[in-house]
Amino acid sequence: MIRAFVCVARRDLALALRRKSDVANTLVFFVIVTSLFPLGVGPERSLLHAMAPGILWVAALLASMLSLARIFEPDFADGTLEQLALGVEPLSVLVIGKIGAHWLLTGLPLTLISPILALQFDLQPLAILALCGGLLAGTAALSLIGAVGAALTLGLRGGGVLAALLVLPLYIPVLIFGAGAVGAVESGLGAQPHLLLLGAFFLTSLASAPWATATAIRIALD
Amino acid sequence: MTTRDSDTYYSGNASPSAAKHRIHWFHYASPQTFYPLAGRLIPWFAALAVLLGAAGMYVGFLVAPTDAQQGDAYRIIFLHVPAAWMSMFLYVVMAFWAGVGLVFNTRLSAMLATAIAPTGAMFTFLALWTGSLWGKPTWGTWWVWDARLTSELILLFLYFGFMALQAAIDDPRRADRAGAVLALVGVINVPIIYFSVIWWNTLHQGASISMKSAPTMAMTMLLGMLLMALCFWMYSIATILARVRCILLERERHTDWCMTELRGTP
Repeated sequence: MIRAFVCVARRDLALALRRKSDVANTLVFFVIVTSLFPLGVGPERSLLHAMAPGILWVAALLASMLSLARIFEPDFADGTLEQLALGVEPLSVLVIGKIGAHWLLTGLPLTLISPILALQFDLQPLAILALCGGLLAGTAALSLIGAVGAALTLGLRGGGVLAALLVLPLYIPVLIFGAGAVGAVESGLGAQPHLLLLGAFFLTSLASAPWATATAIRIALD
Repeated sequence: MTTRDSDTYYSGNASPSAAKHRIHWFHYASPQTFYPLAGRLIPWFAALAVLLGAAGMYVGFLVAPTDAQQGDAYRIIFLHVPAAWMSMFLYVVMAFWAGVGLVFNTRLSAMLATAIAPTGAMFTFLALWTGSLWGKPTWGTWWVWDARLTSELILLFLYFGFMALQAAIDDPRRADRAGAVLALVGVINVPIIYFSVIWWNTLHQGASISMKSAPTMAMTMLLGMLLMALCFWMYSIATILARVRCILLERERHTDWCMTELRGTP
């Protein structure tokens, strides 16, 4: 079972790394969206400083969501997903492998690049730490929740927009606690409660989202 | 399930006389038997909704005293609180029936879930709208980004997502099951809305009615609110039954009983 999980994750990683531009696009999107805000609201430091946690989190959330179609759509189109579902290994474990690969290709790079953007918004070091910690657990939860939406909309007309409509309401708790953690540090309170809640969200979605995703894939394959 | 089928089913484990007295709970799970039953029940629930609504409005607008702090503006709660209750409650009911449909593969439960969604969305919208009408004179603003308002808005989006997903899938059975998965995932939001007033320190006041402590409001206000809540219940049941009848006819139109029903001849 572990071997199947590792195998699926490595396969997805290898496929994605053959086309590096796909991975880079998500990051570029993240950077562009965050740099649009200073242009939109004006370069006033205090205003941007106050808005920074929200901007960074919303941009990370959108970047993660836009890459959702990559998890299952190509495999669904060429029949690989059907073969995976027919196999002896439990589909939910294989799904975790695919989601893990998606997180390594979107969530992790986003987390790694976020300190640079946070510096541009003049966040203090502790707040940057809270941002990175939050993004680390939060983007993993986003990938897990997003996979449910991506699986539900497999092969539908206008699936991408529909997946956004389904997934964004479910993302909101992650956004609230993620941005809240950074805001709490900025206002002198500890980020710990927010980060613990984010961790709880991550673990809850890790326990439930793969089952829901596997069920949704089976429904789509019928 | 026809009578003959159910008799053979019970004959294996019970004497025929015992089987005769047992209520056949699943008898009405069949679309063919449910359709006329729903048709007979709708007028009763509709009439109850009108009566309870009239009584609730009378108590709420004419009998209940004016609030010391908020003046007459508070009277919107007779619509607002029951609507907010229904919006959350209907989501749970919808998720329950969708889950039953997913697990037991019963068509009627899934159709019921589909029928509940628009009514639930309507009550969510009503709760938000009446809330903002009440917020303007009381808080001085139509809208605040407070935890309860925001999570109620998320609930509206969850209803929209459920309906949009079902509308996007052509095969009704796949739509039922995909919607069920989404409804069950989204049900996590209901406790978040319900407890948001307690968990976060927000502008929205705490729950109006608590089971544990003595009521903090006048008895007539409570009565008006409960009457309106019952009215909304009856209204929801009536509209949902009417809608599920339409869905039944649409999906089962190839069957004999539907043909007879549609042509109007026995």
